[in-house]
Order: sequence, then structure tokens, then C-alpha cells
Amino acid sequence: MLKNRIIPCLDVKNGRVVKGINFVDLKDAGDPVEQAKIYSDGGADEICFLDITASNENRDTIYEVVEKTSKKCFVPLTVGGGVRSIDDINKLLNCGADKVSINTAAVQNSKVVEDSSRKFGSQCIVVAIDAKRKDGGWEIFTHGGRNPTGINALEFASKMEKCGAGELLVTSMDKDGTQSGYDIELVQKISSMVNIPVIASGGVGTLDHLVDGIKSGASAVLAASIFHYGTYSVNEAKQYLASKDIPVRI
Amino acid sequence: MDVTIVDYKSGNISSVINSFKEVAKGKVNIEVTSDLNKIKSSDKVVLPGQGSFKSCIDGLNSINGLTDTLSEFALNNKKPLLGICVGLQMFADVGYEEVETKGLGWISGKVSKINNQNGKYKLPHIGWNQINIVKESKIFKDIENNSHMYFVHSYEFIPNDKSVATATTDYSSNIVCAIEKENIFGTQFHPEKSDKTGLNIIDNFLSL
Repeated sequence: MLKNRIIPCLDVKNGRVVKGINFVDLKDAGDPVEQAKIYSDGGADEICFLDITASNENRDTIYEVVEKTSKKCFVPLTVGGGVRSIDDINKLLNCGADKVSINTAAVQNSKVVEDSSRKFGSQCIVVAIDAKRKDGGWEIFTHGGRNPTGINALEFASKMEKCGAGELLVTSMDKDGTQSGYDIELVQKISSMVNIPVIASGGVGTLDHLVDGIKSGASAVLAASIFHYGTYSVNEAKQYLASKDIPVRI
Repeated sequence: MDVTIVDYKSGNISSVINSFKEVAKGKVNIEVTSDLNKIKSSDKVVLPGQGSFKSCIDGLNSINGLTDTLSEFALNNKKPLLGICVGLQMFADVGYEEVETKGLGWISGKVSKINNQNGKYKLPHIGWNQINIVKESKIFKDIENNSHMYFVHSYEFIPNDKSVATATTDYSSNIVCAIEKENIFGTQFHPEKSDKTGLNIIDNFLSL
């Protein structure tokens, strides 16, 4: 039976791990390579690096981090943040990333998703959707949550599936950093609408939140703070999910 | 011992390279190349594959003499060869991803899309699934039945002769996820991304 995945996410800035609260107010707390190794040894099903300020700053540090991590961690590694073009994707994959997550570029030009999934395979193209509630629906944002687009999140999710995305990483901007749980309705709506796996993200504060994410239809749950600050270990999270009859790899 | 990972510019093979180098440390020489002479003189070959069936076959065919060299290596000289993911799928006669595409034809069978049962099963099949070992295989030495392996694929290899299958995994149906036919080995899952158990499989292949 296919297991639900737990994906710890490391927000990386200038080659160092940070975790944003509502995308601002950053704290520096660690070396990403070491952190990733701790996670993979602890049973993480995948590791995710999000290069949060990559859109504006020198990106070379992330390549080095990815290269070092991929020589130490033998579980899938997803890298996102500031990915603009097929060349960026190619470079990250060559450094050892297994999947690349695309946000702003996918919104601005869906051809990037079409071309990259054809060139590298859908399996390594994750489209990251940052959504915020608006007028009874959800609007997507780009540039790390800074720019509103006026685009409906559900319509965009469907479009990205058609363009060849292999997975959707759905982050609730209302919930991110609040530790009050995923936006369950958003996860439910998108995962029931598309036939590709959905990764729920944004808002995890307790292990029950992970359970809620899976129960709402996500194939995988992503979390940063609860793991990063040691509130729970990945293994504790898995044991808890298993105790709630959710299939996980232990 | 010299082991060649075939680099035919199709998909991302850095994880395959990293994992084989990790396991090989000091005892096995790992080459990453499409040089025909190097492949011929290797003791073992690894054929990775990412992207579509068609793009991988096109990639092999774009290098003059490569498919013949690989066929000679695997079929005539009967030296150990491991196909991973689409690398395994290409052993088939034919694949149906994008358009009908002729495969290497080493192990008779076809590669078809996994039946998603009207959306009941999401595709790609991404994540950790258990393998059911249905037949002894040299690359499964010390691998427990029902071990978890990492999968990422939407298409499955359906061999005509089921006896080549050494493991299956349950996703919509019992998908063939590992094969052994004489000196030819293949895994649909990614041993290079399957943590310690996966590295163990790589070690078993290198120790053949």
C-alpha cells in the first residue's frame, strides 16, 4: 500500500536555515545539510528546501547546499524558491535535486511547466501554489507571497495539472506560521479536483494537524516549525499518524 | 571492478551517481559516460531513466552505436546490467507513453499507463510503497519482504512471461516492480532514493 508522506521543509536563506513566520520575521537556526541529514536519518519521507529570498538575491548558495545534501541524504530532495526557467531547473537537478518546485514562473508563464515536465518528466515538476482566502474563494500570490495576482487558486490548480505538473504543493498563506492547522477546505477542494498528488502546507502546530491534512485528501503533509524547533521528531509524527490508522512508512 | 552508469543526457541522474558512489566507496570504480569502449570494457552497467519512455529511447538512439553496444553487453556477453525506472521499462518491446515507441526488446512485454480506476488512484504513483517479493533475486539479498521503496511513475512494465518478475507493489493492481532475467536486473522503484534499504540493493548489485 502506498504510504502517506511526511515532508519536513527547511527554509533556506543565503545557505542557512531559517523559518519564516507569515513569510517575514526570520530567525537563523542552522546548517541545512546537517538538518537534512538529521531528518532523513529520522525517517523523513522526503526533504524540501525552500530558498525563500531567492527571487531577489544571489542564488549560488542554494546550489552548493543542494549538492552537499544530495551526497549525504538518500531520500528524495525537493528544491523551490526563485526558480525562473528551464535552465534553473536543469541546474538544480544537476546539483542533485530530485524535484523542483515552481511558483512565480508557473503563474507568469505556464509554458515553463509544460516545457519542463516534457523535458525532465512530470515526476520532478512540483507547482507551488500560495493561496489566500478572498471573497469566499482563494487567490494565488507570487514572489514568496508578496504579489497578489487576482487568479483563482482552484482554476490555477486545474490548469497546472493539465500543463504537466507532477504534484501540487498547496500552501495557505492565511495559515502559514500560525500553527493553527492547515486550511482544510482548501486542501479538500484542490485534492478532490485534481488527479495528481497534493502536498498540504502551511499552519502545522500539532500532530493532529498532520492527521487532518491527510484526512482532507492530501497525499503528503509538509511542515517546518514543529520539526525544526524540535517540538516533535519526524518519527513521533509518524507513530502518531499510524496510531490514527493513517498508513505511513515506519 | 569497473561499473558504468550510462549517461545518455536523458533526465536527471545525479542521485543515481551519488548513491552508487556512496556504496562503491573505495571498492568499485564508477564511471559515468556514454563512451562505447568504456561500456564494453565495464564489468557491470547501470541504465538509469527519467522522463518519458519515448524521450529515453530517443536519448539512447541519439548516441550512435549505444543500443547495439548495450545489447551486446547484456544479451551476448551476459554481463550484469541494472535498469532503474524507465531504464527497466526500456527492456520491453514497446511503450505507449506519448506515442507508441519501440523498446529495446530484451524482455518481451509492454509498458502501459497504470489504470487509475477513474481517478481513484492518483498518478504519478509517487511515494513509499511496499514491495512484495515473489521470487528470489540476487539483488534482494538481506532485503526483507514488504520493505518500503520510493516510487515515481505513471507507467508500468507488463512482461509477457510473469516469471521474470521478482517483486510487485500494490497500486491499483499488482505492478511488477523488480525483475531478474539471467544477468539482466531492473527496478521500477528508485533504490538510489530508498534510503538504507535502497543502498543495500545497490550494494547487492555491485557485489554480484
